Amino acid sequence: MTSITANGGPSYISAGYTLRSWLTTRDHKRIALLYLVSILFFFVIAAVAAAMIRIELLTPAGDLVDDDTYNKLFTVHGVVMVWFFLIPSIPATFGNFLIPLMIGAKDVAFPRLNLASWYVYTLGGLFVVGTLIAGGVDTGWTFYTPYTTMFSNSHVIAAVTGVFIVGFSSIFTGLNFIVTVHQMRAPGMTWFRLPLFVWAHYATSLVMVLATPVLAMTLALIAIERLLGVGIFDPALGGDPLLFQHLFWFYSHPAVYIMILPAMGVVSEVIACFARKPIFGYRFMVYSLLAIAAVGFMVWGHHMFVSGQSMYAGMVFSLLSFLVAIPSAIKVFNWTATLYKGSIHFDAPMLYALGFIGLFMMGGITGIWLAALAADVHLTDTYFVVAHFHYIMVGGAVMAFFAALHFWWPKVTGRLYPDGWARAGAIVMFVGFNLTFFPQYIAGFLGMPRRYHAYPDEFQVLNVLSSGGAVVLGVGYLLPLLYLGWSLRRGRLAGANPWGATGLEWQTPSPPPPDNFASPPRVEGPPYAYHAEQAAGDSHGR
Amino acid sequence: MAADSTPAIVASHFSDADNQETAATLGMWIFLATEVLFFGVLFAGYAVTRLIHPEAFGNGGRHTDVLLGSINTAILLTSSLTMGLAVRASSVGWRRSSVTWLTLSAILGVAFLVIKGYEWYHESLEGLLPGPGFDYSGPDVPGVELFFFLYFTMTGAHAVHLSIGILVVASVAVLAARDKFSADYHTPVVLTGLYWHFIDVVWIFLYPLFYLVSRS
Amino acid sequence: MSGFEPFIAEASAAAGRTDALLLALTIISVLVVGGISLTIVVFAVRWHAGSRASRQRARGSVPNRGRMAEALWIGIPLLVFLGIFVWAAVLYHQMRSPAADALTIDVVAKQWMWKIQHRDGQREINELHVPVGRPIELVMTSQDVIHSFFVPAFRIKQDVLPGRYTTLSFTPTRVGQYQLFCAEFCGTSHSQMRGTVIVMTPSEFSDWLAANPGEGSLAAQGEALFRRFGCSGCHGASSSVHAPKLEGLYGHPVALANGSQVTADARYIRDSILLPVSQVTAGYTPIMPSFKGQVSEEDILKLVAYIRSLAATESQP
Repeated sequence: MTSITANGGPSYISAGYTLRSWLTTRDHKRIALLYLVSILFFFVIAAVAAAMIRIELLTPAGDLVDDDTYNKLFTVHGVVMVWFFLIPSIPATFGNFLIPLMIGAKDVAFPRLNLASWYVYTLGGLFVVGTLIAGGVDTGWTFYTPYTTMFSNSHVIAAVTGVFIVGFSSIFTGLNFIVTVHQMRAPGMTWFRLPLFVWAHYATSLVMVLATPVLAMTLALIAIERLLGVGIFDPALGGDPLLFQHLFWFYSHPAVYIMILPAMGVVSEVIACFARKPIFGYRFMVYSLLAIAAVGFMVWGHHMFVSGQSMYAGMVFSLLSFLVAIPSAIKVFNWTATLYKGSIHFDAPMLYALGFIGLFMMGGITGIWLAALAADVHLTDTYFVVAHFHYIMVGGAVMAFFAALHFWWPKVTGRLYPDGWARAGAIVMFVGFNLTFFPQYIAGFLGMPRRYHAYPDEFQVLNVLSSGGAVVLGVGYLLPLLYLGWSLRRGRLAGANPWGATGLEWQTPSPPPPDNFASPPRVEGPPYAYHAEQAAGDSHGR
Repeated sequence: MAADSTPAIVASHFSDADNQETAATLGMWIFLATEVLFFGVLFAGYAVTRLIHPEAFGNGGRHTDVLLGSINTAILLTSSLTMGLAVRASSVGWRRSSVTWLTLSAILGVAFLVIKGYEWYHESLEGLLPGPGFDYSGPDVPGVELFFFLYFTMTGAHAVHLSIGILVVASVAVLAARDKFSADYHTPVVLTGLYWHFIDVVWIFLYPLFYLVSRS
Repeated sequence: MSGFEPFIAEASAAAGRTDALLLALTIISVLVVGGISLTIVVFAVRWHAGSRASRQRARGSVPNRGRMAEALWIGIPLLVFLGIFVWAAVLYHQMRSPAADALTIDVVAKQWMWKIQHRDGQREINELHVPVGRPIELVMTSQDVIHSFFVPAFRIKQDVLPGRYTTLSFTPTRVGQYQLFCAEFCGTSHSQMRGTVIVMTPSEFSDWLAANPGEGSLAAQGEALFRRFGCSGCHGASSSVHAPKLEGLYGHPVALANGSQVTADARYIRDSILLPVSQVTAGYTPIMPSFKGQVSEEDILKLVAYIRSLAATESQP
């Protein structure tokens, strides 16, 4: 990595090399890197679980692992991917790194709270790793009662404690971001001059802060019910299992918006830069982000259409679920419109962003299928749902994470990576992803239930296709690891603004100095001051 | 007595003292919002469980000690008054006054906990602690056990928050005694006051749900 | 690799209707995803960096044209979505409205099997025989955790809960054998909790019923339980205990002591057996003991069948 900035002072990396300087840092950029390393660690754990699942599913019989082990594998895959990878992925790494830079501030509002959030994340992670070592948990990431409270013989309390703890990491991050955006903007940076990345994280933070406490208390009640044998979720004890489902999904549906809103913010930044055009319909994009966050709190019952919930409640949740799709549709149309009469470059970040749009559309449109009551009756609890959410979370959020990684890598590390390999990686990931998950839509329609260790023979062809695709997808994940790692030592020096992008983060050296800016920037105009008609023919204005 | 004006120490990433104070206050309000949702789960659980077991909740409600509960309510409300006076004293730089009011608030909080502990002790002696030792000889035992499950969980969660509040108030009182605050800078006192009042509001909802149900 | 079939049978009245909806969704999805993807490709090619296509912005106010575009692509999706919502909701309502003359069959799910009880006493495990063309209503409960009754060929699914009854209505329209899955994760052997729904012609079905008698009809078995558990001691005609009479009770409204009113359905009977104090009939004292832990879910269903069979006596209002 680069060690000195243009003005000769230290960068945030070279400002201290000891382990202690990293573990006691208050610098949002260092905290972002701490998170990056941690989430990669958990991604690997969950990916190994996924690999074992896909290998097991090559054959209809359950012959690789036994029933209980399989159930533990899909549980650890879900728990770790949702809470230890996807939810922190973009906000805790790129959000932390970039938000102060993008608004022209020196740091977030509460730097010590920021560091505390990482320690809390790590503590929660230790509980989950401990649960794994002790033998795992087999309830599914959804922890439905009364199975979880009264019947499972696995380490439920340790697992829910880990998730309870990591939830506070989310709450601290969200609280920090909200106050930062309100209070720390540079002079001239009005609300409607904020980059959409910042707006996206603001909306995400509202959801994080309001939804996560509900999960925390609900999981605490699970632990108490299991410990004491008394509780409000078990009908044998006079309680109601549907109460658990309502409370769980009241958090877990907004949670999926926590996972996708930051991704949408990334995509807006990348598309504007590589089309050399302001994002079409900036205000509509802002209102869409906020609308998704707000309406996202009102649709949780669409996970419960066949649960025994009343038919009329189902109709209300169905209608609201259709409505929440509208702002997402607006975003897709606006990104497309941004390309119109742009000057489009196909660098790796752009390939990932375009891949996001395609895959998010496919995942999102199948969400419409599932919002339709009669269709959901057939499709719920099958592989159709599994395909739907993987299209959004992996095809969407993870691709956007890689877009962010490739777009801001030069800023974070001061190094460039090899173009050709990066573009190849994006294409391999896109192809591998579709091969893995498209067959699952079909398997679901044909009736293959989810969480099935063994399945009837007629589903084997689709499962083999899916597992084969997973190999390609795995290669797509490994490639960036290799060439990005290589670039840390051998990559060309990046300079402050290798992409010719607008945005305050590009007006400071790569990597930035500890205090971000030599002098506080002043903002004069709206974001995305790109000019496609002038840029036609140039290469990024480097 | 006006203390000499201790200027705020403004952290380097804030533009000025005002910026820092607004940020801190906004942060506390957001934290309180998270607490509303945290407790909200328990209130939702109470509502649903009561719909399932209406008579049991009535019967259970008659077994809580309404006298002690009412005294505790008065104590907590008074402590909110003393807290408000502490914030006021602090805002005009009256050091000795603010220390007195803060200390009184903490003492009242401790009094609340003592009485609460006494109630719990007696309820456990009566066999009303949910779990293996639960002993109730009326109809709908599961329903009554659930009432007490919610009673101990919700008053317990409240007591945990109150204990943290007492520690914070005591620490702020010590800082006030050491002249760390002034009319220009007393943000920690204001934030502590917000938290303290919130804990009081939670109790105002808990009191009727556990002490006044079916006592008309 | 065996028997991959790209389609599954439509074997219930609802299946065809659901498939029509799914087909419409497929067409809409292909048009939307295909259309936008194509647009992106066209834009990307036409306006790639260095291309000579014109980037002059057309004359006319950009904000207004922008707003018109936004209105268009908010308005049209909204209309399409509302259309799908209504269509799907109507189908759903049809699915959830049982026919008056439905053949009722009881299902008790447990880890990891399906236990079926026909009204005339026939019992099955992991198999459900039904006659074609007749509306069926399954009354289902679980002995332990949440399960879900899923027959892909019928395009129906319903969670089966402990502590209450859920119902599933369908009309089989094709003779044949169809896969039954448990579709809610229920523990170790969740993926082995499967079965077969066997749809027969009406005559084959009556033959099957006759050839597989149980221990008498559910109502008759229920009557035996009614005596064995001592219910007749209080609720019987000759009892001196002041207990509500059960003749003609089923399906009629009951005034409760707390002033509210409920319908005496299967849920009411079940709750009265397990937790009688929660719904005391008006004019009676809560002296009925609970039978929780003594009576199984299958037994309760038999008692319900018996009470349902009790016609009103002449002396009752």
